[in-house]
Amino acid sequence: MHKLTASRRVFLIVNYILLSVTAIACILPLINVLAISFSSSSAAAAGYVKLWPVDFTIDSYKFALTKHEFLDGFLVSLKRVGLGYAISMVVSILIAYPLSKEKQVLRSRNIYAWFFIVTMLFHGGLIPTYMTIKSVGLLDSLWALVLPSTVSVFNVILLMNFFRELPKEIEEAANMDGSGHWRTLWSIYLPLSMPSVATITLFIVVFHWNSWFDGLIYMNSTTNYPLQSYLQTIIINVDPSTATTNDLLDMSAISDRTFKAAQVFLAAFPILIVYPFLQKYFMKGLVMGSVKG
Amino acid sequence: MGTRNKLKSLPLHLMLLPGVILTLVFSYIPIMGIVIAFQKFVPSKGIFHSKWIGFDNFRYMLDMPNFTSVVWNTIFIAVLKIIAGLVIPIIFALLLNEVSGALFKRTIQTTIYFPYFLSWVILGGILIDILSPSSGIVNQFLGMFGVKPIFFLGNDQWFPFTLVLTDTWKGFGYGTIVYLAALTGIDQSLYEAATVDGAGRWKQMLNVTLPGMLPIITLMTVLSLGNVLNAGFEQVFNLYSPMVYSTGDIIDTFVYRLGLVEAQYGVATAVGLFKSIISLFLIVISNKLANRYAGYRIF
Repeated sequence: MHKLTASRRVFLIVNYILLSVTAIACILPLINVLAISFSSSSAAAAGYVKLWPVDFTIDSYKFALTKHEFLDGFLVSLKRVGLGYAISMVVSILIAYPLSKEKQVLRSRNIYAWFFIVTMLFHGGLIPTYMTIKSVGLLDSLWALVLPSTVSVFNVILLMNFFRELPKEIEEAANMDGSGHWRTLWSIYLPLSMPSVATITLFIVVFHWNSWFDGLIYMNSTTNYPLQSYLQTIIINVDPSTATTNDLLDMSAISDRTFKAAQVFLAAFPILIVYPFLQKYFMKGLVMGSVKG
Repeated sequence: MGTRNKLKSLPLHLMLLPGVILTLVFSYIPIMGIVIAFQKFVPSKGIFHSKWIGFDNFRYMLDMPNFTSVVWNTIFIAVLKIIAGLVIPIIFALLLNEVSGALFKRTIQTTIYFPYFLSWVILGGILIDILSPSSGIVNQFLGMFGVKPIFFLGNDQWFPFTLVLTDTWKGFGYGTIVYLAALTGIDQSLYEAATVDGAGRWKQMLNVTLPGMLPIITLMTVLSLGNVLNAGFEQVFNLYSPMVYSTGDIIDTFVYRLGLVEAQYGVATAVGLFKSIISLFLIVISNKLANRYAGYRIF
């Protein structure tokens, strides 16, 4: 290693500081709200809480976890993620495999490809989509949250590109041994595609956990709201006309601020837990999906 | 040969069936539903019995007093976001690339990437709290420097910039990773050659790193062109209020209120269609440009 020049050393020090400060700025808001959620309501209301809880208490968490709307929402979200993931994964694989074939094998390949790509370019928009869901009879049902987003063309393209890069020889060998398409897909392609399957798994799970707008518009009854939709109504749009007197009394006892902070963290918690595992795959998936071409 | 081939590809068609059906129902039927943009749509009569009125909904749309300001807000916010979303990750990736410690590098990446995974509802909850003029930590911090409290989310002057800043906060970690990946793909021997030629770090960055990143930068720039009419519905919806409609209302939030809140289905669909067509046009152009300047075809 050659010696660093003085200007290089200054640059490196400034660089390290700059990067650290930016990184800290990215999570400080979250730490602040976390601290608020663990603080007493009076300290939070007075604005004493910075980055560490003042008068540590878990009252707001206790309150959130006994609130049945919150728990209902959590349950709907879990169901949504489970069901949505299973269907989306299966259907995506079943689209990606045939599309990864050459035109000689699947002659209408390009017709199918365009059929899916068009949906990426052109949407019906909010109102026609809403009316379709309504006329199919899915309003107020979990299926309205799961089915419309089943086919993500982006995920399909990612999988398809992965399938295409698998060595052709393996498939040919399997074919010689009498393995049909279903079997080849199940026992050869899938086991070899775990990295991209894992990436897509995370894309789908995070998508479903974070979605809120569809819940808001397709569910008539608030008991069917997934967690994020419920939070949207309670944290972002506090409409005093819809809040019951009970809610208002509860609010004054716990302090709106600490209670909201606690719920924000409970909703972010699942993501926090899987994040370290998550980001490794996301980075890989991101690179697979974007640096191609 | 013909029949045999068909038999062999039958399983493939079967595999595609569920995806095709779901796409038909949830993507193509709504696309056909666009016809209500040309109707005086009455829900009780349905699409088949509502009255056709040609382009009246579009004329009505163009005559609405706030329509131009909504389009302007959309473009203004989206363009600022696109610029910030391109420049900041590139700079950050370049700076991060100069760091040699792997652990430090990974920690920084993990930290800046994190907000990307949270929904705009959660981030909205956090931002509303920290940006509050009375109790928010941001204004408390600014107060230490004698700055008077700023109502970031309730002041129509500040609102668009708050949107751009918070959007960058959420997304720049994602962009940084894309550019870092491009950086690692640059041929190391070019740096050695540059060093032999006496190029310092700065010269190396100008003559090796930046040209090496140019294809991906061009690609990302061109791709973002298709997003000029997408100023970020989820973010705006969770942060705005009637106080900032004048500068913060974008086409998508406008369509939401017009359609689902005011039940003006035909007009809302017309506004949505207007946006879709311009966006489609921009996407096709950007695909052409991407192919021309970056040798990349999305489709």
